[in-house]
Order: sequence, then structure tokens, then C-alpha cells
Amino acid sequence: MSEIKTQNVHIDSHEEHHDDHAHHETFISKYIFTTDHKMIGKQFLMTGIFWALIGGALSLIFRIQLGFPEADISWMRPMLGEWITPEGRLDPEFYLALVTMHGTIMVFFVLTAGLSGTFSNFLIPLQIGARDMASGFMNMLSYWFFFASSVVMFSSLFIETGPAAGGWVVYPPLSALEQAIPGSGLGMTMWLVAMALFIVSTLLGGINYITTVINLRTEGMSFSRLPLTIWAFFITAVIGLLSFPVLFAAALLLIFDRSFGTAFYLSDIYIGGEALPQQGGSPVLYQHLFWFLGHPEVYIVIMPAFGITSEVISTNARKPIFGYRAMVGSLLGIAFLSFIVWAHHMFVSGMDPFLGSVFMLLTLVIAVPSAVKVFNYLTTLWKGNIVFTPGMLFSIGLVSLFISGGLTGIFLGNSAIDIQLHDTYFVVAHFHLVMGSAAFFGMMAGVYHWFPKMFGRMINAKLGYVHFWLTFAGVYLVFFPMHYIGIAGFPRRYYTWSSFETFSNIFQDLNAFVTIAAIITFAAQFIFLFNFFYSIYRGRRAPQNPWHSNTLEWTTPIEPGHGNWPGAIPTVYRWPYDYSKPGAADDYIPQTVPYSETPESNTDFENELAALEKESGVEEVDETKE
Amino acid sequence: MATTATIKSPSKSTWSGGQAPMKASYGKLMMWFFLLSDAFTFSALLITYGVIRYSYPQYNPEIHGEVFKFSTEYWPIPDYVFDGVPFLHGMHLPLIFVSIMTFILILSSVTMVLAVEAGHRRDRKDVEKWMLWTIVGGLTFLGCQAWEWSHFITGKEEGLKGVADATKFFGANLVQNQYGPQGFADLFFFITGFHGTHVFSGVVLNFIVFYNVVVGTYDKRGHYEMVEKVGLYWHFVDLVWVFVFTFFYLI
Repeated sequence: MSEIKTQNVHIDSHEEHHDDHAHHETFISKYIFTTDHKMIGKQFLMTGIFWALIGGALSLIFRIQLGFPEADISWMRPMLGEWITPEGRLDPEFYLALVTMHGTIMVFFVLTAGLSGTFSNFLIPLQIGARDMASGFMNMLSYWFFFASSVVMFSSLFIETGPAAGGWVVYPPLSALEQAIPGSGLGMTMWLVAMALFIVSTLLGGINYITTVINLRTEGMSFSRLPLTIWAFFITAVIGLLSFPVLFAAALLLIFDRSFGTAFYLSDIYIGGEALPQQGGSPVLYQHLFWFLGHPEVYIVIMPAFGITSEVISTNARKPIFGYRAMVGSLLGIAFLSFIVWAHHMFVSGMDPFLGSVFMLLTLVIAVPSAVKVFNYLTTLWKGNIVFTPGMLFSIGLVSLFISGGLTGIFLGNSAIDIQLHDTYFVVAHFHLVMGSAAFFGMMAGVYHWFPKMFGRMINAKLGYVHFWLTFAGVYLVFFPMHYIGIAGFPRRYYTWSSFETFSNIFQDLNAFVTIAAIITFAAQFIFLFNFFYSIYRGRRAPQNPWHSNTLEWTTPIEPGHGNWPGAIPTVYRWPYDYSKPGAADDYIPQTVPYSETPESNTDFENELAALEKESGVEEVDETKE
Repeated sequence: MATTATIKSPSKSTWSGGQAPMKASYGKLMMWFFLLSDAFTFSALLITYGVIRYSYPQYNPEIHGEVFKFSTEYWPIPDYVFDGVPFLHGMHLPLIFVSIMTFILILSSVTMVLAVEAGHRRDRKDVEKWMLWTIVGGLTFLGCQAWEWSHFITGKEEGLKGVADATKFFGANLVQNQYGPQGFADLFFFITGFHGTHVFSGVVLNFIVFYNVVVGTYDKRGHYEMVEKVGLYWHFVDLVWVFVFTFFYLI
């Protein structure tokens, strides 16, 4: 604090305000209703970790059912109560609820809120050189809407009829008719309420991220000097802003169909021989609306992980990111394409086959920008002085998982092949690798890499290595066998296949293997949890710039206060990837170092820039070097 | 890709950081991005309308009889549904009333433009006046919509024979209506209702801003940017109505 006061001489009123703020901080304004983007980021992270544990635990319960259908699981009764039948088996209805909640939690609460929410909040102001988000208040609201949504979704786990059970996509008519299954009752209503709150949270957050990146970049931080993390968060927020409202519309219409007797999605339905009055709606319409969000959603999940990976790989390979512009371009390309491929989820929903071939073509085109990213990661690593920090390992893990999972996407994108593979474990294997695990690895890379900035301490690297290798091996052991199970024709979301000779005899051992691998992988996460919480309190004190990184967040104090920089915000003179520049003394040159101070490593063009810097203090330049 | 290094000097280039590009405040940007996302919500609803509507046949005199009458077999012609005007009972005045409503809403956009313009001049009296007219326009539109809805709900003399039994049904609710397929009334209520909610929240926002103008908040602040921000929202709501009007009444 004394440091801040010495700077008071030349701070503007804005900073004074923040200074002021720090003095009146109470526990509530600092940790609970905080408007500090760093604390809000941590709130999202903690809530995300909580949800990841719940989501993971749910998956273990249904994995045990799949791997060991004959096992006596009455020992779970203290926790699951009536959901364990008197014979000690899992209740089939609850199985459906488990897969539904696992999907919903992992996609929305962990990999959207937990990933985007954590790192967009934490990193955007720090890396663009801003004191906070454009609106700290809206940012706080964003977290608390998410929290309210979490409370509703969490409570739905405990109601008598169970949580929503129509799959995470909640297709009508199953989800629209309360009498369809127990999970379509109160659980479904709570699901919809929670999602409506969640969408509000996402929009509040997204609008904030976008305006912050546009308006609050520090002097010299042009778009072509933005770290790729920020590009990724920015484009992710735009995708969310355009796709979540469509889910909102779809959910509102579904609520009306459920509760007020309308017929937007319902037509010609008979229950117990009785015709329902609803006529003229279209269930396929819901699928279109849902997947207009649902498909961009998978990019909302993976793109922040891409951004984090770009940053971590470049820093730890001690090399400039290969093809900065291509990386930005491919993000933009993926973002654009993500809006026009949604119907590839519906090849077998009764869509016009010609339309299917159009969506197939567009889907396969996504392989191009995705491959650009993968090749650029590999070429960045090529001949680098690689430092294997845990964050780096997780980033490289992401690249590996993205390749393995992405290749099967090329099969699934073909509308003809999809007829065989649709809704089998092949699809499950595909998206768990390419989007689930890859995004999770990106999130882990981010946590390990920015842990020192978040908590001012280092996270233990040795435990990090153990965590990485167990998780990396575990993820492949879980999801690789699923491809075979899927090609054999196992449908997803089925409680049991024991009545099929082939499945119960030939593939049962593979399923048991997957289950054991899943248990080990889940258990490995507790190593991380211990490491994470132990290091927050007992970790080694972090140095100023532990990874010798170029970006702005490492120029803040080790434990930055509200307002981030005690003095003036630093000015940016160069792009963030000047690693191992020929001629330079160090193998990194932070963004805040002017070209005039590095004559030994400047190119001719940069020397011209240096001259300009001298002329006018802070220079103004159109383009970066490259 | 090194291009020219333009000489800076005091004036900086728009996107190089350290300033808000094009001098747009973050609040105005946020409003624009919110409207962008809201536009997608309405687009989803209007696409829903299109999908359901075109799953039904059009009215065709050669098949369905020379004289148009309501039927669940085909989508009704809006001219025959919306032909009432207050105090002119029994007359066939297609789309007259809704045209008046639309005109009022568009006029309120004009007064909003004048309020924004007065805000630029920092003329408090003028801002007050034009904001008030905008609020009046918004409330009138909502009142008209309430009449339109109640007329739609009450229905017409002829009614529609039920399929299952011979009883006649008059007017409309979410489950049944005399004008045509169930989806017709469902969509009408949902989409015009969703738009009406937007108009209502717009009126509330306008009123809050009006109040702040009257008590001099923006004079103290030194600018009337809030008027501009709610103005953006108000024009958006107007624009959406143009589409809703086109979809439900014109085609």
C-alpha cells in the first residue's frame, strides 16, 4: 500500500478512486460482492472446480453401471438413497438423469463458465493493460447470475423425481411432456430456469469482455499486438453473444409448450391411447434452434483453451508463435464456420438429405482452420528450447487430444457414415477427446501457468507432472477404447446392453476396462486438488516473472491489488512473442521494452520505429513487424 | 507484412490503444452488442414463425371455396383476422388499426431522435419535452396492443366449429382459436407479447431517463449520453416491430 502512495504524485483521478477503494475493503466487498476482475475470475474458477468434481463423480456412477452391470452397489445407498434399487442396482431412470446432468454440468458450468469465466475475467484486463473490466458491476452480476443458476441446477439433483433426464440437449417431446418420464417434471423446469439464468450470466460477461477489449487497451496495444489469449477470449465472447440468445428463445418456447399448452414443438402425440390437443408444432425446429447454439457452444468451449495454449506453448518453447496472423485468422474462420454447420448434429433427424450434404461440406471445411492451428502449434514447438512446465505439458496434451479427436470428426462429418455412427460411443469418444478433454487440458494449462499470478505463489511442479501423466494416459485409456465400442454399434445413453449376446460377451471387458481407467483418472484429479489448495497457502513465493514471459500481466506487482498497476499503466511497444530474438541479450523481450532500447536485435523496420519512438516519446505505428 | 509506419504525433490512430476507438463510450458499445444479441433472439422467434407457418398450406380459393372462411386446414389471411377498429363495430377495415399503432410507434422514434438531438445541445427543456412525447407514444402503442389482444381473444361473431363436437369456439387462447391452426394464435401471442415486453421495458427505461433529466442528473454529469443509449434501444424495438408487423400482418 505504501508503494501505491508514493505513486500518488502523478496518478489521475481514476487511479485515485481505486486507491480509495482499497482502503475501505471489507471481507464482503473483497471476496464476495467484489468488482475486481481478478477476484471474480477466481470465483468462477472455484465454482468451476466444484462443478467439475460433481460432473466427474456423476460420470463414475454411470460408468460403474456400464462396466460392471452385475455389481452390487448398495454401498452407494447412503448417498443416492432410493436411486439404488432394493437389488442393489442403479435405477434406470436415474441413469438417464446422470448422463443428462454430466453433460449439462461439464459443457456449461465447467467448460464455459469455469473456463471462459475464469480466464477471460482474469486475463483480459491484465494482458491488455486495463485497471479492470469496462463495467465491474456487470461483471459482478455475471458471476452472481451464474451462482444463482448453479444453486438451481444443484438443488435439482436432490428433488424426489430427480433432475432433468432428457439428455443435455433436452429434445422435445421428451422434455416437453411432464408425463413422459420422471425427469421431465420438476427437474426439467429447474433445468430450464437454471439455463435461463446461465444465459443472462453469459451475456453480461460476454458484453463486458468485448467492450473491454475494444475500448480499454493500453497505449500501443493495437489489435495486432494482442496476445492470442485475448484474441481467443474476444472471439469466444462474440460467438456466445450471438448464439446464446437463440438458445434463450428456444428455451422460452419450450417453457410455453411445457406449462401453457402451446404447440411450438408438439404435434400428433398420443399418450396411453389419448391424443394430446397440441397440433402443428415441429420437434425438429427445436433441434435446429438448439444446435444453432449447441454447435457454436463447442467452440466457445475449445477456443479459450486454444488461446491459452498458444500463449503457453510460445512462452515455454522460447519461440515466437508460428504464424500469428494465421492463428488469428483461423480463430476468425472457425468462429464464422461455427454458425453454419449446426445441422450436422441432425443428419438422422429427418432432414432433407441435400441439406445434409451442404452441411457436410461446410463441416469438413472446419478441418482447414483447425489444421492451421495444429500445424502452427507443432511448428512453434519445432526446434524450440522447450521448458516442460506442467502448464506446457497440458498444452502439448491439448494439441495431442485435439488431433486424435479431430480426426474422427472427419468421419462423423460425412452424412453417410454418420448414419452408422450417430449416437454411438464413437461420437462420445470423438467429442470427449476433441472438445471435452482438450478444453479441460487447456483449462489446466491455464491454471498451472497463471497460478503464480493468481495467488502469488508457485504451484508444485512435481505433483503437476504426476497429475499430468496420470490424466493424459487416463484420458486416452478411457476414450480410445470407446471408438471400438462405438464402431461395434453400442448406442450412447443406454442403461444396459446385457440382452445382446455380442455386446455382453465380447465388449463387456472393454467397458470394464474403460470404467477402471475412468476411476483412476478421476482419482488423479485429487492430486491436483491437494496441490492447488496447498499451494495457495503454502506454495513457494512466486518471483515477478516466473516463466520469463513477455505479456503485461507479469509487470504488475506479484500480488496485484484492485487496479492492477500501482502507478501508471505501462505502454506497449511490441508484440508479445519476441522470444529468443536473434541478437537480443535475453531470450525474451517484454512488450513494454521500446525498440529504441534494443538496437542489437532490431530489424531495419524496427529501427525506423525506434527512431519514431525517440521523436515523440510514445510512437504511433500502423503495423507490427513480421 | 510490414507496411508503412505512419508518423504519429499528438493525434493517434484509432485502434492502437490508449483510447476508446472512434470515441465510443463503453456504455454505448455495450448497448450495441446487447442489441446485436437481442436481434438473434427475435430472429430465432421469427424463424420459428416461418417454419410453422409454411408447414401449412396457403388459402386457395379453388380448393377451399371462393369465400374465405377460417379453418384449421390452412393459415388465415391476416386481412380477415385483424379488421376491427374501436367504435367501428361490424365494419371490415383490414389492418387499419394496426397501421395506426405502427405509425404511433414510428412517430415515437422520431420524437426520440429529437430528444437525442436536444441532448447534444444540452437543452434540458427540449429533452424533457421530447422524452415525454416518446413515453406517451410508447404507452399509446402498448394501450393499442392491449385492445388488439383483447379483440383477438374475444373473437368474432361467426366463431369456429370444433372438430370433435359441434360446439363453436370464439376468439383465441394458447390451446385453441377460431382463426385457424393452433400455432397461429400461439405465435401471435408469443411474438407480439415478447415484443410488447420489450416496448414496456423501453418505456420504463425512458421514464427513468426522463426523471433523471427533470431532476438535472445529466446536467450535473455534463452530458446526455444516457438519452442516446435508451434511444438506441428504442429504435431497435421499433425496428423489430417493423419485422413483426411484416410477418404477422402483411404476408
